[in-house]
Amino acid sequence: MIKAILIFNNHGKPRLIRFYQYFAEDMQQQIIRETFHLVSKRDDNVCNFLEGGSLIGGSDYKLIYRHYATLYFVFCVDSSESELGILDLIQVFVETLDKCFENVCELDLIFHMDKVHNILQEVVMGGMVLETNMNEIVAQVELQNRMEKSEGGLSAAPARAVSAVKNMNLPEIPRNINIGDINIKVPSLSPF
Amino acid sequence: MPAVSKGDGMRGLAVFISDIRNCKSKEAEIKRINKELANIRSKFKGDKALDGYSKKKYVCKLLFIFLLGHDIDFGHMEAVNLLSSNKYTEKQIGYLFISVLVNSNSELIRLINNAIKNDLSSRNPTFMCLALHCIANVGSREMAEAFAGEIPRILVAGDTMDSVKQSAALCLLRLYKTSPDLVLMGEWTSRVVHLLNDQHMGVVTAAISLITCLSQKNPDEFKTCVSLAVSRLSRIVSSASTDLQDYTYYFVPAPWLSCKLLRLLQCYPPPEDGAVKGRLVECLETILNKAQEPPKSKKVQHSNAKNAILFEAISLIIHYDSEPNLLVRACNQLGQFLQHRETNLRYLALESMCTLASSEFSHEAVKTHIETVINALKTERDVSVRQRAADLLYAMCDRSNAKQIVAEMLSYLDTADYSIREEMVLKVAILAEKYAVDYSWYVDTILNLIRIAGDYVSEEVWYRVIQIVINRDDVQGYAAKTVFEALQAPACHENMVKVGGYILGEFGNLIAGDPRSSPLVQFNLLHSKFHLCSVPTRALLLSAYIKFINLFPETKSTIQEVLRSDSQIRNSDVELQQRAVEYLKLSSIASTDVLATVLEEMPPFPERESSILAKLKKKKGPGAVSVNELEEGKREGGELNGGGERGGDNSAIAASNASTPSPSADLLGLRTGLPVSAAPPSAGSLLVDVFSEAGVNDDGFLRDLEPPTESSDSLLAEGPGDSDSTPPPPPSVVSEEPAPPLPESDELLNKFVCKNNGVLFENQLLQIGIKSEYRQNLGRMYLFYGNKTSVQFLTFTTTVTCPGELQSHILHIYTCIIQLNVQAKPVEPLIEGGAQVQQVINIESLTDFCDAPLLNIKFRYGGALQNLTLKLPVTINKFFQPTEMASHDFFQRWKQLSQPQQEAQKIFKANNAMDTEVLKAKLLGLGMALLENVDPNPENFVCAGVIQSKAQQVGSLLRLEPNAHAQMYRLTVRSSKDTVSKRLCELLAEQF
Repeated sequence: MIKAILIFNNHGKPRLIRFYQYFAEDMQQQIIRETFHLVSKRDDNVCNFLEGGSLIGGSDYKLIYRHYATLYFVFCVDSSESELGILDLIQVFVETLDKCFENVCELDLIFHMDKVHNILQEVVMGGMVLETNMNEIVAQVELQNRMEKSEGGLSAAPARAVSAVKNMNLPEIPRNINIGDINIKVPSLSPF
Repeated sequence: MPAVSKGDGMRGLAVFISDIRNCKSKEAEIKRINKELANIRSKFKGDKALDGYSKKKYVCKLLFIFLLGHDIDFGHMEAVNLLSSNKYTEKQIGYLFISVLVNSNSELIRLINNAIKNDLSSRNPTFMCLALHCIANVGSREMAEAFAGEIPRILVAGDTMDSVKQSAALCLLRLYKTSPDLVLMGEWTSRVVHLLNDQHMGVVTAAISLITCLSQKNPDEFKTCVSLAVSRLSRIVSSASTDLQDYTYYFVPAPWLSCKLLRLLQCYPPPEDGAVKGRLVECLETILNKAQEPPKSKKVQHSNAKNAILFEAISLIIHYDSEPNLLVRACNQLGQFLQHRETNLRYLALESMCTLASSEFSHEAVKTHIETVINALKTERDVSVRQRAADLLYAMCDRSNAKQIVAEMLSYLDTADYSIREEMVLKVAILAEKYAVDYSWYVDTILNLIRIAGDYVSEEVWYRVIQIVINRDDVQGYAAKTVFEALQAPACHENMVKVGGYILGEFGNLIAGDPRSSPLVQFNLLHSKFHLCSVPTRALLLSAYIKFINLFPETKSTIQEVLRSDSQIRNSDVELQQRAVEYLKLSSIASTDVLATVLEEMPPFPERESSILAKLKKKKGPGAVSVNELEEGKREGGELNGGGERGGDNSAIAASNASTPSPSADLLGLRTGLPVSAAPPSAGSLLVDVFSEAGVNDDGFLRDLEPPTESSDSLLAEGPGDSDSTPPPPPSVVSEEPAPPLPESDELLNKFVCKNNGVLFENQLLQIGIKSEYRQNLGRMYLFYGNKTSVQFLTFTTTVTCPGELQSHILHIYTCIIQLNVQAKPVEPLIEGGAQVQQVINIESLTDFCDAPLLNIKFRYGGALQNLTLKLPVTINKFFQPTEMASHDFFQRWKQLSQPQQEAQKIFKANNAMDTEVLKAKLLGLGMALLENVDPNPENFVCAGVIQSKAQQVGSLLRLEPNAHAQMYRLTVRSSKDTVSKRLCELLAEQF
């Protein structure tokens, strides 16, 4: 079972947190900090598995993570899951995000937190894997989107807001980083 | 077209997020957030009704604020309102908020359940999925109660859409995990198994998680899944990489599902049906063959997916442990991975090999990789990989390679990461003991261990070396010599001083012949360390000194002088001072004969399982040290040290009976609150007392088994205690009659007077946790029985009885014993090793009562019947309803209750520090209202409450007057019923 899914950036800022077991709010934040501390000090070419921090259950749980450009995707799982399987699952999730957002970047996760949650929901439910087929997941997300459109009436204005933000916070030119065969556009963000 | 159109967001939300991102400092950010929170709060509270869009926007903002780590304590109601919207987007955000923010205890659950119910019956698949997601993500008991019956129906109904089926399967799984008692097996179970054949791979993916979990708990009922899983697996494995279209991942057909199928098969023994077995073996061979084929893609995803399946296949082969051919192939494959350039594969290979090492077919094959593994331990850059390498070395160790492995581990300790040092130390200590051929090697190893990693050597380790030295006279001289040499190092670890002090005190005479280690030299050496040591070590050294006086009369005057010095006899530490005084007196008054008797050499310790092993087990968590390993440990231990576990389960009970004052602490005589001279009841006799109180009249029997010193002479019995010290086994015949309540059951009961949740009882086998809640005169208690061992408990039954009059008419207790298997096999309740079962007890108070109900637990562990009785912590104060009242009212009522029998009063000494906050918390936990500004003396506490029962309501007032100066309390309780006052007073007097 997946106990928690944490996405945070290179500075430890959480971008998405999802716990499938109840933890009080402050504990959730402590777990994020602890996990960030454990994961961020590791080199990039060491292995992708490590024992969970003491807060989340210690050695009975494993942290399985991938580091994409500015973001860490960390899954905390128990021994019933295949490590490599989860690694693939993270990849599926990220590729799905990439398809849904077209060249996903950290900003998409920030400004569309609800959408990211909805996409994740199509992959993992209550800590168990619901679907691994990317096309199926994307189809579900598109279905949601159409329903949203048909309900309509939401202003398109925020698109401008987003692009304004994207432009004003970019002292450097966005660089493209190649991960597997997907490109994730990574603006170097000033941390906040 | 991107699936998410980025333009559809909410302007206000985007602006808010941008604002936050532009904040220059943490303070500015907090300020902005607080402003926003105030804004949202006022909007929510405002008179103007908000439209769905605004609600959605604000809820989104709250989610964002929550993500940044700020508590959100409002907005729940608005989120719940969104659930009942007809608009998909609003409903969706409402559900999202609830799954992220509402915990299972929320009071809103009833409203949420209503919305879910509507959506489930809406026949709109999207709404149904949202509702199922919410149930699965929250998974509370209330939800289980409301929907556990409905979801199986949705899951197997013929007209359910595939996507809904997927969600329903996982939803049911979640409910089964949180409330197994509410998910009743039924007609649907057989149909669930057939979902393995479903056309839609997504349905199979979701269903297999459910089936795996159900099979683990009810293997017999789901047996048919084995052949279905094998045929499904076979179809996937033999399919071409394009057959499964969307479920092919980087040229690997359905890797996730294959892994899950292989996991499911690991719940069962090898299939008995020859044809099925043949097919499965074929599958496994195909998977192993594919590993040797050239990769179809250079992408790491391809090899990941392929190897994910391969590792699961290897796990299954190891699980079956019956096909030598496959086992050897698996071992070779892992051997290849050990040198693979992918760190992940090296990690997993080391991990899998660990389990492989315990198979008799492959143990030898694993051993051939020893050099590679040692190399990994030395050169891997990644600490998690090094840790696995250390684990594997531990697992592959046997007599043939023990010396090499222990030496490697010792040398690695020097540079090991701090995080794994303690575990490494335990492992080295265990291996050294388990495979010691000659004990001088063992002693050397442990002393090295202390030298290299003294800080990480726990008490268990040095206790153990002393136990072994005392039990084996062939090594005593060597130990004394080695420890004497080790102590000569200018800086040596305190643990070394402890071992040295103990061993020289016992066996210093064996090396005293050599003028280089004459008695005085030994003494001076020890004493040179004295001032650098902590109090417990100094205490131990003082005991060593008095032993010296006995062993070497020529040192008497020197030592007496030391004892007489102000720094000893007037030491500010009461323990040290007392020892100095007593030892000094003893040495000057007692005749040589008396001294020799008192300070006789320690008798051999009773043989017992190594406590280090238990410690490692605890550290690694249940299940981490395989049963195999443990049994081997026992076997080997028995052979070498006679260290086999004797009557393990019985002694476990005994240990728990005597659990409170830890025997080890008493043995060492270092408990501060327990002056040595005032301790004629030694650990041994304490045990006897406990047993005789328990009504087991076997004092003689117990005493016979007691090692002589432990019961004869607590003053100087300086045994290296053992935290898991196993007292003698209780009488071997355990009656089938419910046992009398444990002697400490009253104390356990008292622990729960002011709290509702916690661990009621724990011994080496069983842990009982309690969660309870009370409302008016009703209560519900959840008991959690956890099996701490790796072995099944059989015929686990519990009965709740109410003693005496309670039973007849006062308190109705109706219990439903719910075990994992209860519907299927009511006569064979068992708890798997490491598993936990839950029992619900409903309680109704009919009138006031005194005695707590009794809970009797019986089960068989390894054939021996365990029978214990506890008091359920149901006390009268649980039914309190707090009553707030003003000062005037309080005193008026107080006066009304002025009849002498209505008042109960106790004056008692404080057991704990008189901390106001602690007292307040306790009084609140009691269930009464704590009234402020009522008593003219602010130091005092007054409380008021009404005890609810079906027959009557009993109003009670309480006044607690602490006297910090005298460390005393005066407690006065007045209530309309005399028995209640009395009982409350009794209960409370134990609490402070």
